[in-house]
Amino acid sequence: MPRVLGVDIPNNKPTYISLSYLYGIGPFLAIQICYELGVDPHVRAGELSEDEVSRITTHLDKNYTVEGPLRRKIQQDIGRLREIQCYRGVRHRKGLPVRGQRTKTNARTRKGRKKTVAGKKGVKDMKH
Amino acid sequence: MGRSLKKGPYVDPRVLEKVEKLNEAGRKEPVKTWARRCTISPEFVGHTFLVHNGRAHISVYVTEDMVGHKLGEFSSTRTFRGHGSKGKK
Repeated sequence: MPRVLGVDIPNNKPTYISLSYLYGIGPFLAIQICYELGVDPHVRAGELSEDEVSRITTHLDKNYTVEGPLRRKIQQDIGRLREIQCYRGVRHRKGLPVRGQRTKTNARTRKGRKKTVAGKKGVKDMKH
Repeated sequence: MGRSLKKGPYVDPRVLEKVEKLNEAGRKEPVKTWARRCTISPEFVGHTFLVHNGRAHISVYVTEDMVGHKLGEFSSTRTFRGHGSKGKK
């Protein structure tokens, strides 16, 4: 199994699918990378020559932000928003949705599991 | 959806004029403004703005990191009084 950028070992799937196992590379970028390097995207990743694998690795290193550095960059960007006191930063701090979604209901991904509040008007009360 | 690049960022002309005057004079005075939609341009760095939130003017000190955001993003229009117990005011 080829190793791209250290830890990641995409398996015996077509190259363009294997590449998308890397954090920060989706189907679109994966195909684009194949064409940039003249690698057949449909060849199984396991059948790539060592030369091709190393070319992909160096190419990714030079031109794309993926995996660790990308994760760090995202965290930094969020950290910047938090620091400057802007609306989006405040939403990040409070753990609420950032992009103007409703919070009366839903928004459970950001808010976490339901916290039941005693005495709050629910469906039962509203029937009367 | 972002703004068209063709148009460039929207910087309120009157706010910009004021800031440029202050820069020329080398002075720093709070700029009172209602223009929440005004993008913070690099000239604004180091100035203080009093940005209206619908009721009061909130003091916003502009740092370099804020360039590209809008003035309104730093002046909340909501008052959150908290959830829950009636005991608390």
